[in-house]
Amino acid sequence: MQRSLNIDPGKCTGCRQCEMACSYENEGVFNPSKSRIKVFTFDAEARFVPYTCTQCAEAWCMQACPVDAIKVNLATGAKEVHADLCVGCKVCTIACPFGTINYNASSGKVMKCDLCEGDPACAKACPTQAITFVDSNWTGLDKMRAWAAKTDTGARAN
Amino acid sequence: MGWARKILRVNLTAGTVKSEPLNMDWAQKYLGSRGLGTKYLVEEIDPKVDPLSPDNKLIFATGPLTGTMASTGGRYTVITKGALTGAIACSNSGGFFGAELKFAGWDMIIFEGRAPSPVFLFVEDGNARLLPADHLWGKSVWDTEHEIKAQLQDPLVRVSTIGVAGEKGVKYACIVNDLHRAAGRSGVGTVMGSKNLKAVAVRGTEGVKIRDFPGFLKASETAKGVLAGNAVTGQGLPTYGTQVLMNVINETGAMPTRNHRDIQFEGAHKISAEAMAEKRPTDGKSNLVANQACFGCTIACGRVSMIDKTHYTVVNRPQYWGASGGLEYEAAWALGSNTGVDDLEALTFANFICNEQGMDPISFGATVSAAMELYETGALTKEQTGGIELRFGSAEALTQLAELTGKGEGFGAEIGLGSKRLCEKYGHPEFHMGVKGQEFPAYDSRGIQGMGLTYATSNRGACHLRSYTVASEVLGIPEKTDPLATDGKAGLVKAFQDATAAFDSAGICIFTSFAWTLQDVAPQVDAAIEGGWSVDRMVETGERIWNLERQFNLAAGFTAADDTLPKRLLTEEANSGPAKGRVNDLGKMLPEYYDIRGWTPDGVPTNETLARLAL
Ligand code: SF4
Ligand code: SF4
Repeated sequence: MQRSLNIDPGKCTGCRQCEMACSYENEGVFNPSKSRIKVFTFDAEARFVPYTCTQCAEAWCMQACPVDAIKVNLATGAKEVHADLCVGCKVCTIACPFGTINYNASSGKVMKCDLCEGDPACAKACPTQAITFVDSNWTGLDKMRAWAAKTDTGARAN
Repeated sequence: MGWARKILRVNLTAGTVKSEPLNMDWAQKYLGSRGLGTKYLVEEIDPKVDPLSPDNKLIFATGPLTGTMASTGGRYTVITKGALTGAIACSNSGGFFGAELKFAGWDMIIFEGRAPSPVFLFVEDGNARLLPADHLWGKSVWDTEHEIKAQLQDPLVRVSTIGVAGEKGVKYACIVNDLHRAAGRSGVGTVMGSKNLKAVAVRGTEGVKIRDFPGFLKASETAKGVLAGNAVTGQGLPTYGTQVLMNVINETGAMPTRNHRDIQFEGAHKISAEAMAEKRPTDGKSNLVANQACFGCTIACGRVSMIDKTHYTVVNRPQYWGASGGLEYEAAWALGSNTGVDDLEALTFANFICNEQGMDPISFGATVSAAMELYETGALTKEQTGGIELRFGSAEALTQLAELTGKGEGFGAEIGLGSKRLCEKYGHPEFHMGVKGQEFPAYDSRGIQGMGLTYATSNRGACHLRSYTVASEVLGIPEKTDPLATDGKAGLVKAFQDATAAFDSAGICIFTSFAWTLQDVAPQVDAAIEGGWSVDRMVETGERIWNLERQFNLAAGFTAADDTLPKRLLTEEANSGPAKGRVNDLGKMLPEYYDIRGWTPDGVPTNETLARLAL
């Protein structure tokens, strides 16, 4: 079964454990500035929103890459950057409508979420389950459940 | 590894910055953050120096776990000689600034001298420079952070700054990072202001390496499990914040009320965690909007609140309509029960102002409460207060004074003196409720006896964060002791003091200690740095740090006579609750404490003690 990252900002406390886990997984150090997932804090509204690549089926970045350095991992569905091919031209960062693929000046290549070969470090590190890794076909399940719970009011009127 | 092994020395007088290697011998003896910063300060300044002179230094220090995946591993400490107390000052803050400083590759920044005109420091990884801050002088914490990010064109920069309070010399000005996280106590912000240093902005992209990554991840994950499974750190703090304590401490009969004249507050339920979560009749919304974590924290105790837009404090003032740092227990108590004010929105507003202008809400609230007692006894007149009716219970007086004090204006300038200087000025030194010039936090030591010894012996003046025996005496952590008994408290206080110094020096939050002991911390520290960090070594390091701080204070001129409590707590009996009829029996605990510490009956560490601790 293909799985996707499922982000529920309502549960996020803004702790950045996910960014730390991501940077360790990919860079071997604790360094949120190199994290592929970023948590945004909207101070005045007290909202904390993690955001990363959603692995578009027809990925803009992949289509834009002139050297075909971004390829689909057939096992996970992730669009992965092949560092040996990437020339650092950054065209993909322009093509991506969501900003989730970015240039890494230290490596001269771009970086994006690759789902950690099917075992994402951010989801494991999140203490509040704001990030989970679930069936790609049912990322809406939790929200459906929550709304479903509100719709059978008649049956409960005892 | 663990340590960045680099410190940044900034000479404000000369306008120079330079990088130095971290003294690794000291790092092995004092660990980091509080301990290591104190070692540098003690070595570099004359203990008798005027805290506000250019010869005092100001140190921002991270610990070996700062910027790691350890839960709460994002803290930094500001160490200096305190403007409020003249004692060693060391104030710890969460938020995100500390980790950012570590990611930039620095263990510590040492500021010395005084800039000829206002400056701020910008650190971008290995590069640091001083930039003019004339355009920021006179601005609040909130505006300063906003303007620095705009000026540097970098929304990811982290800012630690003083507000107007620190510029105006309010004696308990704090240093605020990330808008509402503060190195709060003892006037560390006052020292920063005296140096013409407005802010420190940091952007770090180098990251943190540790000694043994796999071992560390295992240890930190196990320890996170302990936090998640504990009732206080797993449920109480995330749900209610530190405000979980309000009703508990009130029932214990240990909640200082109206400048410690009473020890239970009839309005506690109106300013408690439960009240913050209730829907207001005015707008159908609750005061509390969310809980927020500091960097790396899996507890997330932080409160974020919104003030009722129809409340008198914010009508037509949209700058206060957004969400910001809400009431923690200490602020709710100091601004609330201690002044007799039970208007939750007014307290939240006063707390916003404390964050906005950078002042410690504990000392501010306690000073207002002392002023209220002066006013009610006739020692202060309405003319002197500039027309403010300074009565216990007056929300208007509280919020008006918060704004005036934050800007150092009118009678606020006198509130900015702190309660000791204020009460002396108006002829009633006995109304000052504090130790070594620093106002008490939220526990009355008649109802929790061990806290009397905690306060009397705290190296930074009255403080709950040096040995939180409330954990044992009220909450039963790690085991329950009787809050009204004095037996065994000397040993309890020493054990808490030493362990706390070790927690603080590691770079983690002391709130983890509701669930963690050093058994949980030592394996994380050990995996992060070299040196073989066992529990025993952590305890010994904590004890060494405690004695180092003590020696600084003794050299600064403090004596055993300063290890005492105000007369009110030693002679006036508690008038209600379980502690009714009790005073604090400090005299029964203090001699035993000195003895257990290996100090003379005059509170001076003996030569054997110093030798044992390699001091
Ligand atoms: S780890 Fe979870 S709670 Fe923490 S910032 Fe990331 S998504 Fe939010
Ligand atoms: S427990 Fe609270 S104060 Fe401590 S690090 Fe976590 S959120 Fe910050």
